[in-house]
Amino acid sequence: MSHEITLTVNGHAHTRTVEARLLLSDFLRHELGLTGTHVGCEHGVCGACTILLDGVPVRSCLTFAVQANGHEIMTVEGLGHDPENLHPLQQSFWESHGLQCGFCTPGFLMTLLPFLQENPDPSEQEIREAISGNLCRCTGYQFIVDAVKLAAQKMGEPQP
Amino acid sequence: MKPAAFDYHAPTTLDEALALLAAYGDEAKILAGGQSLIPAMNFRLAQPAILVDINPVTTLVGIHAEGDGGLRIGTMTRQRTVEHSDLVAARAPLLAETMPHIAHPQIRNRGTFGGSLAHADPASELPAVAVALGMTLRAQSTRGERDIDATDFFQGLFATALEPDEMLIEVLIPALPARTGTAFAEVARRHGDYAMAGAAAVVTLAEDGTIAACKLVYLSIGDAPVESHSAASALLGVIPTDEAIRAAAEAMEQDIDPLGDIHATAAYRRHLAKVLARRTLASAVARARN
Ligand SMILES: Cc1cc2nc3c(=O)[nH]c(=O)nc-3n(C[C@H](O)[C@H](O)[C@H](O)COP(=O)(O)OP(=O)(O)OC[C@H]3O[C@@H](n4cnc5c(N)ncnc54)[C@H](O)[C@@H]3O)c2cc1C
Ligand code: FES
Ligand code: FES
Repeated sequence: MSHEITLTVNGHAHTRTVEARLLLSDFLRHELGLTGTHVGCEHGVCGACTILLDGVPVRSCLTFAVQANGHEIMTVEGLGHDPENLHPLQQSFWESHGLQCGFCTPGFLMTLLPFLQENPDPSEQEIREAISGNLCRCTGYQFIVDAVKLAAQKMGEPQP
Repeated sequence: MKPAAFDYHAPTTLDEALALLAAYGDEAKILAGGQSLIPAMNFRLAQPAILVDINPVTTLVGIHAEGDGGLRIGTMTRQRTVEHSDLVAARAPLLAETMPHIAHPQIRNRGTFGGSLAHADPASELPAVAVALGMTLRAQSTRGERDIDATDFFQGLFATALEPDEMLIEVLIPALPARTGTAFAEVARRHGDYAMAGAAAVVTLAEDGTIAACKLVYLSIGDAPVESHSAASALLGVIPTDEAIRAAAEAMEQDIDPLGDIHATAAYRRHLAKVLARRTLASAVARARN
């Protein structure tokens, strides 16, 4: 059974006809070509597919694209586009070596963006809990925690 | 993997949703937060022919203060909303204490209060807490409405008292009596993982400081929430000293028969159950005294 859906992704409206069983993660990657949203496990465990649905972080692999009809999505492509214009959160990951292979990074960024907006001065414990739903096989997490601390600082400063 | 094909319905009213369930019976599955159902569909462990998505039914969302000091929570209320509710913190502190232990924030943003109860995973926190607090689960179908006590609702591994055409619509949480303290604790390998064992305790003191009522309920110890009646009777009418609590934890052992699996051996679960009994009963008593 196919359904016509219209949703806003990173500020742009898209209309497509999709099968009901199409996962939102696959819709973003294959229908819209937004391959920044990564797919690791497809059962909610790894967090690589985390996106914002109406401003809150959710697993795009545990949502059907039809369910996003009429809703607003933000993916990692909605952050900074090129090395000169990185979002302070991305910049902090870069400066603190918060990534190695980068597979997990989009999920971390989309988890942390609303976290830092709600909690601008988090403790280390709060940071570790906030990222407990995202797996990284490379960094050992320490540099990610450092990156979040740096990002909290940067995001607290007045933007130029 | 990817889910098998299905027909998708997204009714916007409860009546429409119930009519769909009545028409399709056990061919249809309700889609709530999808945080248990969609993983099962992705692995093709579940292949429902029809999905009834109740996310658009907004009347199923909300946390309401009842006149008697209790609460009424709509089934589609997100777990994250319950976690952050001041009303829940004030009236059902046990629930507020438990919510952060369920999965991860991203899962709780989508997972629903009622979906977790209806799913009846023995490793889930909410079924055990529902039994500990004596919640009433309200179900509705085109045939009418009925109230089910939490103790009767959970019938085994992923099995509940719900009929295929019934929907859990809301949950009633009774007010806590005076001089009552509650506590939750669990042991998991990693924050957010399903627990190897967990316990919820609810203790009410009489005016003379003896125990007037006590409930101790476990998750991940059996194939449904396991209530220890022996621990409760060991404590009834006595002053809850450290020794009395230790004796209750010993008495509890006869009520459980945990299984071993890849996460924990039966012996380790038995050990955890005893430790969790002591911890939760002691903090529930301390809170009841305040
Ligand atoms: C990585 C991961 C970790 C998790 N960790 C935990 C954890 O530690 N503890 C825990 O408790 N849970 C955990 N969960 C499960 C999560 O809490 C689910 O959200 C919850 O179990 C199911 O709720 P849901 O709203 O997502 O329901 P769904 O997945 O939509 O539905 C689950 C089942 O219940 C039925 N159902 C749903 N709503 C109703 C209703 N109103 N009436 C009748 N039937 C209904 C559905 O048909 C389906 O069979 C985890 C999930 C993931 C992906
Ligand atoms: S791909 Fe969605 S959580 Fe792993
Ligand atoms: S940087 Fe490789 S998985 Fe995190």
